[in-house]
Amino acid sequence: MTILHTVNKSPFERNSLESCLKFATEGAAVLLFEDGIYAALSGTSVETQVAGALDKLKIYVLGPDLKARGFREERVIAGISVVDYAGFVDLTAENDTVQAWL
Amino acid sequence: MSEVVKKFMYLNRKAPYGTIYAWEALEVVLIGAAFDQDVCVMFVDDGVYQLTKGQDTKGIGMKNFSPTYRTLGDYEVKRIFVDRASLEARGLTQEDLVEIAWEDFETEEEIENIVEVVDAARVSELMNESDAIFSF
Repeated sequence: MTILHTVNKSPFERNSLESCLKFATEGAAVLLFEDGIYAALSGTSVETQVAGALDKLKIYVLGPDLKARGFREERVIAGISVVDYAGFVDLTAENDTVQAWL
Repeated sequence: MSEVVKKFMYLNRKAPYGTIYAWEALEVVLIGAAFDQDVCVMFVDDGVYQLTKGQDTKGIGMKNFSPTYRTLGDYEVKRIFVDRASLEARGLTQEDLVEIAWEDFETEEEIENIVEVVDAARVSELMNESDAIFSF
């Protein structure tokens, strides 16, 4: 079973990201979107936690949500892939289930 | 119109777009501006994300309301504050934020940017000075 984990809440307001990273296992995919994209930015107080998770997880961030909030791809932590809506659909199709950390 | 001028603070703690709070707060600030009160707009926690430069919402099909912040000076909102620690925790600096100009049409006094980054003690002080705090 492969799982796509999605996080759409700010890591500074909820513990959705923290729980996601705690329970996601080796090789799982994590997609950050809506207010979840703030976790993908470099220089934040959660950067170490997110960058550390890249050792065992594939992390993606939704580009249109980044742009809407005023951030360009250069601000994203190295190792995180920026995807568009078609990429979101592909991730959903590639994995057996989707776990949304609301 | 009442001649009593009260000190209002609009306290913003939510990021834009993910929830409706930021947009609603902005609407209330603009409505309140019509009543000639002493207004202060404060951004703390995820609220600081409301002021980021370069927001482009075409890709998410939502209205980009960030240009409206730059018009606040025209609504005689002269006091806009951002909590420094909230910026730092998010890897942001004042460079990442929009600039809001202000001009007094009678005296022609101009201020290029009224967005002021302040420390926690100043945030507390401003809260304590307020007659009413509207929280979003």
